Amino acid sequence: MTLDLTTSLYVFMLAAFIGFEVIRRVSPLLHTPLMSLTNALDAIAVVGAIILVGRYHEQGSQIAKILGTIAIVAATSNIVGGFLITDRMVRMFKASKPVKENKLAKKS
Amino acid sequence: MSPGSEYILDFIYLVATALFILSLKWLSSPTTARRGVFAGELGMLVAVVGTLLNRGIVDYRWIAIALVLGAIIGVPLGEVAMTKVPQRTALSHAFGALCVTLVGTAEYYIKAPDIPPFTMSVLSMEVILGSLTFTGSLMAAGKLQEILPQRPITYRGQNLVNLGLLGVAIAVAAVLVKDPGKTQLFPLILAIPLVFGVMMIIPIGGADMPTVISLLNSYAGLSAAAMGFVLESKLLIIAGALDGASGFILSVNMSKAMNRSFTNVLFGAFGQEQKALAAGEPAPPVRSATPEEAAAILAAASKVVIVPGYGMAVAQAQHRVRDLYDRLTHRGIDVKFGIHPVAGRMPGHMNVLLAEADIPYDKLVEMDAINGDLPQTDVALVIGANDVTNPAAREDPKSPIYGMPIIDVDKTRTVMVIKRSMAAGFAGIDNPLYYMDKTLMLFGDAKSFVGSLVSELGGGKG
Repeated sequence: MTLDLTTSLYVFMLAAFIGFEVIRRVSPLLHTPLMSLTNALDAIAVVGAIILVGRYHEQGSQIAKILGTIAIVAATSNIVGGFLITDRMVRMFKASKPVKENKLAKKS
Repeated sequence: MSPGSEYILDFIYLVATALFILSLKWLSSPTTARRGVFAGELGMLVAVVGTLLNRGIVDYRWIAIALVLGAIIGVPLGEVAMTKVPQRTALSHAFGALCVTLVGTAEYYIKAPDIPPFTMSVLSMEVILGSLTFTGSLMAAGKLQEILPQRPITYRGQNLVNLGLLGVAIAVAAVLVKDPGKTQLFPLILAIPLVFGVMMIIPIGGADMPTVISLLNSYAGLSAAAMGFVLESKLLIIAGALDGASGFILSVNMSKAMNRSFTNVLFGAFGQEQKALAAGEPAPPVRSATPEEAAAILAAASKVVIVPGYGMAVAQAQHRVRDLYDRLTHRGIDVKFGIHPVAGRMPGHMNVLLAEADIPYDKLVEMDAINGDLPQTDVALVIGANDVTNPAAREDPKSPIYGMPIIDVDKTRTVMVIKRSMAAGFAGIDNPLYYMDKTLMLFGDAKSFVGSLVSELGGGKG
């Protein structure tokens, strides 16, 4: 499906507004995972690279193949690494539990 | 390709977009954050699988190899130590920008010379932003990893040279928009921004890294959105806009927390001039204390606030700090952490390190919230932080950091500062906090000093 210029700009503008409103509410506690998560999501650019490599091109198909392949490698490493580390980070955030007191009493 | 499959793919992308937005929404609180990561993963999976199955793809060999290779590189990048997260993040900005730049370059050579002016302008923007983010992020990662010298390198007319470079790149892009057939000019809008990226990061010192990383994050997002315009992909436009917005918000937060103006951030001219200290007067005397004395004061307190900084990360002291937290809370002492937005080398750096050490997140308190508590606090323990506690930022209009919001540790009853020596902090600014009567300097390595505090507090119940 082709997009005309104004539609693209509308999409961009609305997404930017949604981004501002949603991300403003992210707790500063989670700003590091926020950055690694948006980085992983941004690697959706891999979709463009896949199409670039996989499609038939009348000209520049060699360039498309070489550059596109490197692009897929770079984006995939961001997807895999980004989601892995974000998940590791958000798992570390735990609320304090009153149960801990007993465990500590035994330790010391 | 049948028109039906095109509609299915559009629908799949719509689902992925919704999942991406939900993913960021759920990241708002630690209780729902994991769900957010899962939503993001699911959105990515359906989008990639949908693309592989549905578009007019004729050749899968290179795609398969590249996906496997990317995953092999990605796994170790997902498993780096938490202290290395800032450089990992910078590196991933570089990878994201690399992908966007390469796709943009290939698109140009496939389509030239029949490129409409609008497409050519966003394509230029994609390539310019992408390549400057690529080298800029590599430089930032190198500085954070300490492969490159961390001291800022500044020279006369630096901003002029940088803006000049960017200006030339934009001028070349304008020529290309007018006549996309001039393929010999295209390498220039790759090469000049690549150089600009390096020049942009040269004047940046470590303390400015949180702002720089956020800004590069924003650039990476905007270049991806530009790529979405070129490829006419709504999904990419939206993902790029979300990433760009996130980086933008973080940059604004960071620049506010350092009292820098926003234009200062936009133009990347954050390498503040390093003012030499007026080394005239001899330093006033300071009071220092041994671990035993410090432990006794802590044991007698009922409210303690710990203020961590980059020094804690460097010394890898977060697990010792956790032991200290345990000992103190076990004695019934109320312990909280005061987190300055720019403490560390990237937004949220301290929170992640302390969460890694199993400190409950409800004890990690933001600057504004903790400042209200400090006048009723018995002891503030500063570990590896300097400028973010410097009262000169509040009181001395001549100080280079005047106006920067700080954690008001000087309002507590007793301040204890763990510090290697009396050498000035990263920004080279003296800290009057150290010479106050209520301040005790605890000289030593953060990790071993906190370790000795822990063993002092170990025996008995106080």
